[in-house]
Amino acid sequence: MQPVVLRGVSKSYLLDSVEVRALSDVNVEIFPGRFTVISGASGSGKSTLLNLIGCIDRPSAGSISVDGHDVLAMSDDGLTDFRASHLGFVFQNFNLLPVLTAYENVEYPLILARMPASKRKARVGELLASVGLSDKARHLPGQLSGGQRQRVAIARALATAPRFVMADEPTANLDSGTGRAIIDLMRAIQREHRVSFVFSSHDPQVMAEADDAIRIRDGQVIDVVRREQSSLPIR
Amino acid sequence: MNTLTLALRNLLRNRRRSLATLLAMILGSVAVLVFGGYSSNLVYGLQTGFVQSSGHLQIQRKDYFLFGSGNPTAYGIADYERIVAAIRQDPVMQKLVTVVTPSLQLGGIAGNFSAGVSRTVIGSGVVVTDQNAMLQWNDYHFPTRKTRRAALLGTEDDSVLIGKGVARVLQLCAPLHVEHCAAPAPVARASSSATAMPDDLADLSKSSTVSPVAAPPTRIELLVANPNGAPNVMSVNAVKAVDFGVKELDDVSVVMHLPQAQHLVYGNAAPQATAIVIQLQHTSQIPQAQQRLRQLIEAQFGRDQLEIQDYRTLNPFYGQIVTMFGAMFGFIALLIGAIVLFTVSNTMSMVVVERTMEIGTLRAIGLRRGGIRRLFLCEGLMLGIIGAVLGVLISLLVAALINQSGITWLPPGRVERIPLTVRIWGKDALIAGTALGLIGVAVLSAVWPANRAARMQVVDALRHV
Repeated sequence: MQPVVLRGVSKSYLLDSVEVRALSDVNVEIFPGRFTVISGASGSGKSTLLNLIGCIDRPSAGSISVDGHDVLAMSDDGLTDFRASHLGFVFQNFNLLPVLTAYENVEYPLILARMPASKRKARVGELLASVGLSDKARHLPGQLSGGQRQRVAIARALATAPRFVMADEPTANLDSGTGRAIIDLMRAIQREHRVSFVFSSHDPQVMAEADDAIRIRDGQVIDVVRREQSSLPIR
Repeated sequence: MNTLTLALRNLLRNRRRSLATLLAMILGSVAVLVFGGYSSNLVYGLQTGFVQSSGHLQIQRKDYFLFGSGNPTAYGIADYERIVAAIRQDPVMQKLVTVVTPSLQLGGIAGNFSAGVSRTVIGSGVVVTDQNAMLQWNDYHFPTRKTRRAALLGTEDDSVLIGKGVARVLQLCAPLHVEHCAAPAPVARASSSATAMPDDLADLSKSSTVSPVAAPPTRIELLVANPNGAPNVMSVNAVKAVDFGVKELDDVSVVMHLPQAQHLVYGNAAPQATAIVIQLQHTSQIPQAQQRLRQLIEAQFGRDQLEIQDYRTLNPFYGQIVTMFGAMFGFIALLIGAIVLFTVSNTMSMVVVERTMEIGTLRAIGLRRGGIRRLFLCEGLMLGIIGAVLGVLISLLVAALINQSGITWLPPGRVERIPLTVRIWGKDALIAGTALGLIGVAVLSAVWPANRAARMQVVDALRHV
């Protein structure tokens, strides 16, 4: 398993015909098996950086390699398939499909990955059990609390056993107790499933948990702090 | 969780909006089907009327159809009885025909000399029992309140039917008890000679009349030119004035027994017919019957002497009505299709806007652009299928209610009011065409919103509030 490597990455976009530079010449590495937090003030560019790492946005300049793959060379469909197999996503607003039950939400990425139905059932059961929601499998998102929805979202992100899980401020819409529980769950899952988590957050609870902290300001990485001990053995 | 299931659940998500869209589709399909069923019924009714009166096919002398109206008797078929017999005995035709009968068209002048009036007429000589049998043809199962019978059935040989217009001009409304028939204002006459038939015509009439009777007030004289151009006159008895449905026919039509018509035209010469009328069991048998008749004619009577005309050619009015209703149906279907197109398109566009973040999520977790496009097209398809099924079911219900309502109306070319009928059940092509058209329009409506959804950038879609 190889790291995410960004070299000379810049990102600009137009805001009412005014060019806004969201990221400027970013060089950073995200190592596998670690709990990485990208932190910074609102508008600093942390979400933009997370989107680029998660391959849902393309840079204006620079190169990005995820697990050894040059993602900028991929076609749109190729990149979509790559996301499906290598990356998971947890969103601030949970972003569950409201017409699908908790079970079906977790199952959906496996259907996209064309996993046989028999294997899917076992996999979804296992994932829901790992987030403590086996008894809520038939509930629609609207019937779940915020914390429960985020647990379903975490289970969905892990469904295809991705290398990296991108979490965009996953505790921002949760109270502190629930946020703490979610972070603990992610940490436990990270250890159990040997998956790398990349957060964008300015939640002190999340930042305190980080193995690696990337601080960003005005679109530039101002420092990277790495703990010496990694969270788990790299697979 | 396949795409169709997901599409169906998404439709159920905003039930009120989906219902409003479905309602527009249902109303559209009901309008198309009810009008289609109504116009089908009208066309079947017209066809039934024409087939009952002039059959599906007619064998005529070559060029009679083009030139015979000027001088019908010059295009007589001399050996018509042999042709009729050949058709009746042919094993193929026996399975197809219900009636084979000769008829004679003639042109002349009808005069009521006691009133001093006359007018040009077009006469038909028919075999009344055959005509009666033809009137029983009802392949489309129209409700009949009473069994129709030929008006000349059981009448004397010299009896004739005349159109109400003929009766009016010949001042026979009172003796024939014609309702709503105004009598003309008295006209000052130059002489009193109008009260008596001219001696020369009286002599001609006496020589042509088989069984002269004491002149009742309904007695009229028919004057025709024989094939050689000489005049023949016959005194006949107008037993009834009938409404032929179209004023132009009403003003000129005279129907009489075939032998009498033949005697009037051909005198003591061999009788002829101007057409052999063939009524089939079903209209769909026309091509088969035509093919067989050509074989019979070519084998027995020579290929260049006779020709076969079908009821559409003989009655151009029928074709015009069919074309007119076809155009109206097409216009209505197009209009309703456009309304449905914009309604569904508007709904789908709103759905795409509302679910922008969901689209971003699906794309992020691995659904390709094609998958997004398929999802929204499936939603359009599901709307179309549900709308089409409900539309067909409700149309059948509406048609049943209309058919049971007892409302009657007077269609063109008919003389009696008929029940308002909408014929949808059994019209498989109409139902399938409308349903498939509606589904097609619904899918087409979803194409643009689906493409818009598929083209969204993931990150932009996820930022959507």
